[in-house]
This record gives sequence, C-alpha cells and structure tokens, in this order.
Amino acid sequence: MSAQAPTIKDLGSSLPDAIRRFTPPPRFYPVLATIALFIGMFGAGSIRYEGFSSPQTILSVLVDNSFLIVLAVGMTFVILTGGIDLSVGSVVALSTMIAASTLRSGWSAPLVIVTVLLTGSVLGLLMGLVIHYFEIQPFIVTLAGMFLARGLCYVISLESIPIKNGTFTSFASGTIEIGDYFITPSVVVALVVLVIAAVVLHMTRFGRTVYAVGGSEQSALLMGLAVAGTKVGVYVISGFCSALAGLLFSIYTLSGYNLGAVGMELDAIAAVVIGGTLLTGGSGLVLGSAVGVLVLGLIQSFISFDGTLSSWWTKITIGVLLLAFVLIQRLFTRRTT
Amino acid sequence: MIQMTAEAAEATRTEPVVQMSGVSVSFPGVKALQSVGLTLRAGEVHALMGENGAGKSTLIKALTGVYSIDEGTIIVGGEPRTFHSPAESQAAGISTVYQEVNLCTNLTVAENMLLGREPRSFGRIDTRAMNRRAGETLTRLGLDIDPKSQLGTHPIAIQQLVAIARAVDIDAELLILDEPTSSLDADEVAKLFEVMRTLRAEGVAIVFVSHFLEQVFAISDRMTVLRNGQFVGEYLTAETTQLQLVQAMIGRELETLDKIEQAAEEHTVKTQGAPLLEVLDLGRKGSVESVDLQVFEGEVIGIAGLLGSGRTELARLLFGADTPDRGDMRMRSKGTKLRTPRQAIDHKIAFSSENRRSEGVIADLSIADNMVLAMQASRGWLRPIPARTKDRLVKKYIEALDIRPTDPNALMRNLSGGNQQKVLLARWLITEPELLILDEPTRGIDIGAKAQIQQLVADLAKDGMSVVFISAELEEVLRLSDRLVVMRDRRKIDERANEDVTVSDVLEIIAGEVRNDA
Ligand SMILES: Nc1ncnc2c1ncn2[C@@H]1O[C@H](COP(=O)(O)OP(=O)(O)OP(=O)(O)O)[C@@H](O)[C@H]1O
Ligand SMILES: [Mg+2]
Repeated sequence: MSAQAPTIKDLGSSLPDAIRRFTPPPRFYPVLATIALFIGMFGAGSIRYEGFSSPQTILSVLVDNSFLIVLAVGMTFVILTGGIDLSVGSVVALSTMIAASTLRSGWSAPLVIVTVLLTGSVLGLLMGLVIHYFEIQPFIVTLAGMFLARGLCYVISLESIPIKNGTFTSFASGTIEIGDYFITPSVVVALVVLVIAAVVLHMTRFGRTVYAVGGSEQSALLMGLAVAGTKVGVYVISGFCSALAGLLFSIYTLSGYNLGAVGMELDAIAAVVIGGTLLTGGSGLVLGSAVGVLVLGLIQSFISFDGTLSSWWTKITIGVLLLAFVLIQRLFTRRTT
Repeated sequence: MIQMTAEAAEATRTEPVVQMSGVSVSFPGVKALQSVGLTLRAGEVHALMGENGAGKSTLIKALTGVYSIDEGTIIVGGEPRTFHSPAESQAAGISTVYQEVNLCTNLTVAENMLLGREPRSFGRIDTRAMNRRAGETLTRLGLDIDPKSQLGTHPIAIQQLVAIARAVDIDAELLILDEPTSSLDADEVAKLFEVMRTLRAEGVAIVFVSHFLEQVFAISDRMTVLRNGQFVGEYLTAETTQLQLVQAMIGRELETLDKIEQAAEEHTVKTQGAPLLEVLDLGRKGSVESVDLQVFEGEVIGIAGLLGSGRTELARLLFGADTPDRGDMRMRSKGTKLRTPRQAIDHKIAFSSENRRSEGVIADLSIADNMVLAMQASRGWLRPIPARTKDRLVKKYIEALDIRPTDPNALMRNLSGGNQQKVLLARWLITEPELLILDEPTRGIDIGAKAQIQQLVADLAKDGMSVVFISAELEEVLRLSDRLVVMRDRRKIDERANEDVTVSDVLEIIAGEVRNDA
C-alpha cells in the first residue's frame, strides 16, 4: 500500500507539474511577451466593445495587414544581421506604380508579377552590394534607396493609376471562407511567406549564418562562413519581400499611387522590434515580427471599434508600446549577459 | 614517446604540409612581417614563438587568408596557393583557432562548433544530429558542457575550449592554435595536449602558439622564433634549452629571466590595523556562496582555484559588476553595498576584467583614449583631464609596461593581443585606486612583460595599494601574493599566509577538499 501511494500521487500531479516545470528556451521569451500582449489586448477589447471578441476581428487584422507581414518578414532578415532597410516603403510604392502602369499598357498579369518581383530583388541586390563591398552604413545606403525608389514612382507617373486587370481584381475580391468567417488570398500568401522564412532561418545554413553575422560579423568571417553572400542575400530577400508586399498592396488598394506607403518602413521596423528582435542583430524570430504586425493592427481595430478615438491614438499607442518593448529587451539582455 | 619521435623524424623526410617563404605583410605605417618563413610538416607540433607584437598572429592570418601578403610564396600540399578568405583556407584543410575567441555568443555551443558544416538531411539542418555530434566531440575532449546551452552564458575559458572543439572537429590536415591555453587551467591544458598528441599521431600538422614555455617544451617537436616581424630561426625542441629560446625571442641576454626571479620577493605580513576592505558573508545565488574576506592596506591577496571555482565571480561581486544578494562590504569601516561599478570606482576600487574582448577594449579608440577611460569616468565627464596630465600619464605607462607601438595615437584594434592587455591594465593603474582587482592580468602576455607587470604590482603594493590578484597560473599567484585564498565549488575553502606555500600544496588543498567530499 505504502509503495503504491507515491505512484498515485505522481499520477495526480505529473501533468500540471510538467507544465509548471516546462520552461521555454530564453530566446522565446520576447516572442512570448508579444503574444501575451496580443492576447491581453484582445481580451481587453472583448470586454470593452461589443462584437470585438469575434474571431473575425483577428482575421480582419490579418486581411488588412497581410502586406505588412510580408514586409516585416523581409525586414527581420536584415535586422537579424544587424542592418536596417529604410527603402521598403518606397519600394512598395514603386511596385504598385510599376504594376499599375504595366497593366494599363496591357501586360499580362504573370509578366507583371515577375517584373515587379525582379525589380525589387535587383534593388535589394544593389543596395546589399554597396553596403558590403564599400562598407557603407546600411542606414545611409537604404536611405538613398528610399529616395531613389520614391523618385522613380514620379518618373512613372505623377498621378495615381487605377488597376482594372481581371486577374488582379478577382484576386482582390476573392475570399476564403473558414466556417462563418473569412480571409483573403493575400493572407494565405503572407502566411506562406512567413512559414518559408521560418524554415529558411532555422533549418538552413544560410539562416544560421544570418544569426552568426548578427552575433559577430568578425567571428563569422574567421569561422569561414559565407559572410558576403549572407549580408547581400538579406537585402535581396528584403527587396523581394517589399516587391511582394507592393503587389499585395496594389491588390488591396487596386491602384498604383506614388504617395502610397509613406512611412511604411517605420511600421515594419516597429513590428519587428515589438516582435522581440534585437535591433543590434543576432536575436529574434520571424514569428515575433508577424505577431508584432498583429499587435499594430489590433490597435487600429481598437480605434475603429471605439469610434470616438482619433486615429492619432494609433501612433501614440505604437510609440508607447515600442518604448516599452525596447525597455523590456534592455532589461532582458542585461540579465542574460 | 620514442616511437613518436621516430614518427616525427619520418615525417620530416616527406613533403611539408605548408611552406611559407619570404612572406612580408605590412599595415599602414607598420611592417608587421619582413621576409618570414615557416615550414610545417605532417605529424609534428610546431611552436611559433616570439614576444608580444613579434608577428605570430599576423603570420597565421597571412596563411589563412585574413590578410593578403605583399610578397613571398605560400605552398600548400606542394602547390602555390593564395587564400583570399578564411573560408578558402578552411576548405583547403586548414582549421584555425584565432587568438581572441572568435565565436558567436548569441548561438548555442553546438551551433558554434558546427556552423557552416551542420549535418543535414533533405537539405534541412538536422538539429538533433548536430547536438549529438557536438556532444561527442566535447566528450572526446573530456568536457562536460551542454551543447544546447547558449555560448554567451559560459565563461571565457569554456568559450576558448569550444573554439578548440570546433577546430578539432574539422577534419583538417593543419590545425592552428593561436594561444589556445591563455585562460585554461592545468587540467584543461592536459586534456588539450592529449587531443593534440592523438591528432599528431594521426599525421595532422599542428601550429601552437603560447607564452607558457613549459607548455611549449612539453608538446612541440619544432619551433620557429620571430622577433620584430623578422625570422630568427627554426629549432628542434629536443635540442634547445629554455634559455636559448628566450634569448632568441628577446635578442638579449639573461636579464629578463633575472627579473622574474627578482619579482619573487619576500612576503611580509601586513595584517595590522583596520582592514581596507572587509567582507562578511558576501554571496550571490548561483555565483558565489558566502565568503568572508579582509584586505589590508598594501597587501596582495592571491585567489587560487580551478576554472569554475568562483574566483572570477568573487571578483565581480567585490566590484559590484554583479549585485550581491547577501552579506556586507565595508570599505575603511564604512558599510557599503556596492550595487554598481560606478559606486565601486567612487570607493577607489578598480577592476580589470578577464574578458577583455567584450568588456574592455574599445577597438576604434587610440591607446591614449583607451587608457584614460576609467580615470575620466571617475572624474565625471564634465571635468576633462588636462591634456598635459593625460600625455604625461599615458607616456609613463606606455614606458612602464613596454607597450608597442609606443605611439599613444595608434588605434587599439591594430595592437597585438598582448599589447591590448597591457593597455587595459594601464587603464586601471592610472586611476590610482586603493584596491585593485586583477582578473587574469597577464593573460597572453610574453614572459618579459609578465615579469614587468608582476614587478609593477609588487611595487604598487609596497606604496600602499591593496591588490586582489587572480590567475589561472598558480606560480604567478604564489610569487606575488602575501596571503592566499583558495576557492573551490564557488566557496572559499582555505585562507593562509603565503609562507613557503608551493604549487603542489595548493593543488593538495583543492584536491583534499574533493577527497573529504567523497
Ligand atoms: N590590422 C593591423 N593594423 C596595423 N598594425 C597591425 C595590425 N595587426 C597587427 N598589427 C601590428 O603588427 C605587429 C604584429 O602583431 P601580431 O598580432 O602578429 O603580434 P603577436 O606576435 O601575435 O603578439 P601577441 O603575443 O601579443 O599576440 C604589432 O606591432 C601590431 O601592432
Ligand atoms: Mg597574437
């Protein structure tokens, strides 16, 4: 009898104990914090506003921000290496302009898509090459890229161009039903990009080198890693993602607009930071950046549900959140080093 | 042993693995290497010797493609080769541990060991296999480190071991180890040597750089000596005495060795009056258990203990670099809780950390700026040090520590490893503290300079400064300290006046404790 007693006790306590004892690796802490924040905000909104608690609220945030997720994923690669890409907002605008103008001249949709994606990647490649081989600060180079891309928008057209192409419009009006709720094809694209990015970062040598370069570029070089290819590669990825985000944005707005996406690079950076990626590089997860985008989107939902709040509250909240997260990161990194 | 030598002789007759001849490398304003040769043979350990700044690391980097050579030839496996990057030399079978630990602290131990060579299945990195393989290599080196732990959470010595493990895991024809033992204890060194012997027997050529002469004589078959960037000669270890080697390295007669002997002074008991620093029950969870300690004016306290015994952690607590969660500290009988280094500096405590790479060196500042950093901080940023005073102090310490180059405006990043260490030491000496805590101050410093530094510490103590001296090198601790504190398992296990204590006594104290526990 006495021999059995502990077994029974073990059985009774093992599961909760296992959960209690389970500690995720420290690198997940910032992301968990972001997820907790997201859940907390969702809970608060559900209590406060009628109808907020519907899953559609979250799905709509996804629908309205799918392009931003793609953008943030590309930005995460760059920031993980310790760089920054300020050109992404302008490249989004440029992509919408190229898409709209080529479609207007009668190009086929697949050709347009390929052209846009190529343009973005090549822009990224050029910036990456300059950053690596001339050893110029990424901040400066991508700032120049930002002006260049914005300028090219005006070269293409001074006015906004509507998109009437059948493929694009049907993609824009398409929805995917999930029970009583819906998402758009753009959301699927964003999620696929997210999954691919996570796989590349964690399961390929390229991905691990991205983290190594962010940890210490000098060490990575001495370890014989392909530092040059990796550093240039992340800007190509960011350029590609910007172009893809541009395509999604043009579908979302069904137009090409040269003043569009102004400041969107800052939204992307904010999402990445809120998602727990260190601006100094070497630490962070793409999943975090996606949750970061959701947090930003949810703030907007708050505003629209409330109706009395001015939209400036979005900016103020983002500002406060960003500060809070950088402070949390500061405390966090101080404790682990 | 006899068999080994025979094997080495056999290998001599075959073609060298690497032959460098007439190699020159220059940096703006410095000729780091002038027409230097190096011949490395399979199945031989080749020691590369020379003072700080002699050009050892530069020669290695010229071979592995970090630096490009101005002139000369490099023949690898019978063919002339020029590597343009470390990746190329690695692909050609040259595996290198560079002088400073060059790993990524944000990644795990296993990732650091296998970066660029991760086992893959279906194109994806197989994390399980990676951790397993890293674990196997670590076990082979006799190391008990969790491959999944983040590298940055380990002390610098463990990081050095991981760097070695990474290099050993690469199936190389040539293994280069640039000062791999600088922060290791006798135990780890013995393990490393075992591995090196095995590799040598398998026919690997090994380059070994160290400032510990005993180690060099214990492991190497052949030596090449450099001085001021020039080739002095190649010697067979078995036919060379320590004295001949030192003369070849410094190019002068005996005086340096004499100096070392002189530094071994009598130790006087100085425990009168009130202590300068009194520590009661000081501790921090997971770092050091309750320690009591008294430091008197003009006294040198040596802290001995193996790697992981808590010696560095104790130093960090004394300085407030880590916050103690129990106990009391009194500086001159005033109760003080040191919560930050800033407070410690205000109490005239200085701390030269073992981790010079991440905590000390500011690579893009000049020697002079690096030196006055701590002094400036203690004065507050609003009271700049007068240029005259600054010049005078900087000059004084460049001379006292024989720092090369002697130009105060030379950039820190361009100094050899040993000279960087000297600048960091000067940074704290300049503040004229009442209590100086030195954690591995002579790491990577050549024997001549080591004697100078030891002399300097002894002189400072004579002038009334108290010193807490930590070093993995027990001889050095014994030579300098008046009182000895022995640490083990994060506890202080012994304290005694340093009268006729020998290295084996200390080892016995440490080992004795083990026996008692068992
Ligand atoms: N990047 C650089 N730029 C300018 N000078 C340099 C550079 N690297 C090294 N030097 C100089 O070249 C000389 C040789 O340095 P090296 O690092 O090879 O010395 P070392 O023999 O390895 O010394 P130590 O034992 O201190 O490690 C030194 O005078 C150093 O100041
Ligand atoms: Mg060196």
